[in-house]
Amino acid sequence: MSQIHVTTTINGDTTEYLCNPEDTLLDVLRDTLRMTGTKEGCGTGDCGACSVTVDGRLVCSCLMLGAEAEGKSVETIEGMADGEELHPLQTKFLEHAALQCGICTPGFLVAAKSLLERNPDPTEEETRYWLAGNLCRCTGYDKIIRAVLDTAAEMRQEKSNAA
Amino acid sequence: MPLDSDQDTKPRTSFKYVGTRPIRPDGLEKVTGKAKFGADTFATGMLHGLILRSPHAHARIKSIDTSKAAALPGVKAVVTADDFKIEQEPGEMANVRANIMARGKVLYDGHAVAAVAAVSKSVARAALKLIKVDYEVLPHVTDVDEAMADDAPLLHEGMITEGVEPAPTKPSNIATRYEFGHGDVDAGFAKADVIVEREFKTAATHQGYIEPHACLANLSSDGSGDIWVCTQGHFMIRDSVCSLLGIDFSKVRVQSSEIGGGFGGKTTVFIEPVAAALSIKSGHPVKIVMSREEVFRATGPTASSSSRIKIGATKDGRIVAADGLFKYQGGAFPGSPVEFGAMAAFACYDLENVRAVGYDVVTNRPKQAAYRAPGAPMACYAVDNVIQELADKLGMDGIDFRLKNAADAGTKSSYGPVYPAIGLKTTLEAAKKHPHYSAPIGANQGRGVACGFWFNFGGQTSVSLNISPDGTVNLTTGTPDIGGSRSSYCLMAAEELGIPYEHVRASIVDTGVIGYNDVTDGSRVTFAGGLATINAARNAIKEMCSRAAQMWGIDVEAVKWEDGYAKPSGANAGDHEPLSLAQIAADAPNTGGPIAGHVECNADGAGVSFATHICDVEVDRETGRTSIKRYTVLQDAGKAVHPSYVEGQYQGGAVQGIGWALNEEYIYNDKGLLDNAGFLDYRIPVASDLPMIDTQILEIPNPGHPYGVRGVGETSIVPPLAAVSIAVSKAVGVQLSELPISPPKLLKALS
Repeated sequence: MSQIHVTTTINGDTTEYLCNPEDTLLDVLRDTLRMTGTKEGCGTGDCGACSVTVDGRLVCSCLMLGAEAEGKSVETIEGMADGEELHPLQTKFLEHAALQCGICTPGFLVAAKSLLERNPDPTEEETRYWLAGNLCRCTGYDKIIRAVLDTAAEMRQEKSNAA
Repeated sequence: MPLDSDQDTKPRTSFKYVGTRPIRPDGLEKVTGKAKFGADTFATGMLHGLILRSPHAHARIKSIDTSKAAALPGVKAVVTADDFKIEQEPGEMANVRANIMARGKVLYDGHAVAAVAAVSKSVARAALKLIKVDYEVLPHVTDVDEAMADDAPLLHEGMITEGVEPAPTKPSNIATRYEFGHGDVDAGFAKADVIVEREFKTAATHQGYIEPHACLANLSSDGSGDIWVCTQGHFMIRDSVCSLLGIDFSKVRVQSSEIGGGFGGKTTVFIEPVAAALSIKSGHPVKIVMSREEVFRATGPTASSSSRIKIGATKDGRIVAADGLFKYQGGAFPGSPVEFGAMAAFACYDLENVRAVGYDVVTNRPKQAAYRAPGAPMACYAVDNVIQELADKLGMDGIDFRLKNAADAGTKSSYGPVYPAIGLKTTLEAAKKHPHYSAPIGANQGRGVACGFWFNFGGQTSVSLNISPDGTVNLTTGTPDIGGSRSSYCLMAAEELGIPYEHVRASIVDTGVIGYNDVTDGSRVTFAGGLATINAARNAIKEMCSRAAQMWGIDVEAVKWEDGYAKPSGANAGDHEPLSLAQIAADAPNTGGPIAGHVECNADGAGVSFATHICDVEVDRETGRTSIKRYTVLQDAGKAVHPSYVEGQYQGGAVQGIGWALNEEYIYNDKGLLDNAGFLDYRIPVASDLPMIDTQILEIPNPGHPYGVRGVGETSIVPPLAAVSIAVSKAVGVQLSELPISPPKLLKALS
């Protein structure tokens, strides 16, 4: 079967690729584009390690076909920092030691960023439920939740300082 | 160079860097997606390897026809058991050989049968479908008690139980019998006022690391080349692959990738020898990445268990005898962790009369692999449930009863050795004082307390510490960093050298550039790697003092090292300006060349570790769902090098234990096939299942480490099984005796 030509936007850059009809967006990101920051933990949408946003919506890239990204805007972990400036979530994850092995970290960061874009002042419970689709086996989630809540507080503070 | 004489004999107690919480050196790469894990590398001309797996629990392989697969365009190599010709001495490596590729029989659902390497994943998938395997299906057994029955289907026709005198005449599924203990349990029970005896069962659980196994092998036809792999020990990978394929160890360089969790499950080989064989046969680099389904079906879960515990005490709350029978099935090959389980079962208690008997049993399930404190959680679960029941029967507070019988310095442990300074009583006392223990409990809620123990390990370790010309330091070792150990190394090196933490960089390097290192297991890395780091730093300091002496033209004995400077001492004190590490490093070309410190050692003195956990649960009697309301971990760390990552180990272990207690289990159907090989149906705890996990780090210095460090990684998974179970039993008023306490099981117990 012939490959499909796709034009999409990834982290703000127009990107073209050829993919097989059965290739997931995750396959394309990792194997075709070699953007390996997005991880595969299960391939069935159960672990969230492959979290990306597509047109601002949080998705498991293992559950979406590469061909479906045509004309969309995809954001991945590689686009989270602005040059040498980390996103506040990235900084807080480091400060709180919110990662041990680090394999789930890109997915958590992408998912948490998506949460804070929708809800700048989430409760602990809201944060736990938003992140319930991201599995972490190392940390018991404690430090991850603290890092996200602390980031939210700091971003709110910065916003009110700027206003 | 004069050293503080106490330094070598008594753990140090004041620190500048150790005990602080700096950012980990590998953190930036991990939050930006740059860190390279097992599946994150590619090679030019790389092929994709896939493995064909048994659809049966137990079957004889009558024939395998790979000819059609081999003929498919794009397929470059096919391997079966015939490609692993090197005979192995009976024992673990022979079992590994039969596990990575089935020989004659498939022994479990998912057992590897053949493998292909092809130009793409889709061609490889098509090739697997063309391999014809003719099976004769055999009766199977997956339950430990059923496997021990006289009429059970035999996995290994010639297996005679070891550890029994006289040896049995008939083969069985029981590989080995173990026994530990001392005193006379019968005489002890005769003195008891109260005796509790109960049977328990626990399900097999998987380590559940989020990163599936992955490797990239690039070997030439003479066997030389390199392997990139996510593993807890790349020296182990090298030795196993080379042994199985008959290659000189020195021909293969193995580099560990960043590792996405292991918890013991990545301390053996599964796909690596297969990728290596495919690479040699095809002449191409071959990458194999397991699917999550393969991880569940074919890598190591831990054992399921069936046990019987009997403990007797006098009215005043003193235990007079303890007896335990532990049966663990560890899958299709000998090696369940029942030996450790039987040793650890009663390790928390000071017992005059104790016996623990263990049976290592094989069943038609995947070969077990180590899982965090292997064997201990299920044994301590059974024991601490009975301990609590005894305390309740005696009308004593659970912590008071445990304190009255707790092991302490000088106690002869149930498994043999006499304990040096240990922290169990400290954790129990801290638990009693903790506000959690006295907080009110609501309706349908219960509180459980339990203790846990782990041996900890040292092991073979190599560290090289190279002083760079700018005065920064490269530290290299060969134990994969599974949870922040690089930052611990940097803290200890900075402490010893007297330079800022940021001036030390730690790397995990390949098998070709550093001495041998055992796998990252036994909570050994911060202990043994730290010990080696400290001594490597001391060796470098010795050399730097010698260089300073040369620069000053004085005797080396007249130079001391202080806060990152060589200083003249004794009669020369004040004669020369102190020389910083950076100054000595800059002048190294003129004083003898590069400066380094090395240590190659087999670290001893790991120091056992104890913890006490407090757990509050709330039970929904209508749905059978149990929620964790509050959880507190109190554990001895000896000395917490980086407290944030120590807390992380406590929290992560507790939550894995909570999963084991409440949700997780391998579910086999009547055909012996695994019914829940995915994260949807094998449900590990998620963020919304949990509260914050409170921690208290206690520090009873380990006399076997210069800074008093003990391993902290494993003990934390031991107490939660009992703590949760006791809490649920109290909440519902029924003594539970089976894990997991999943909603259907709890509803059944309540009906």
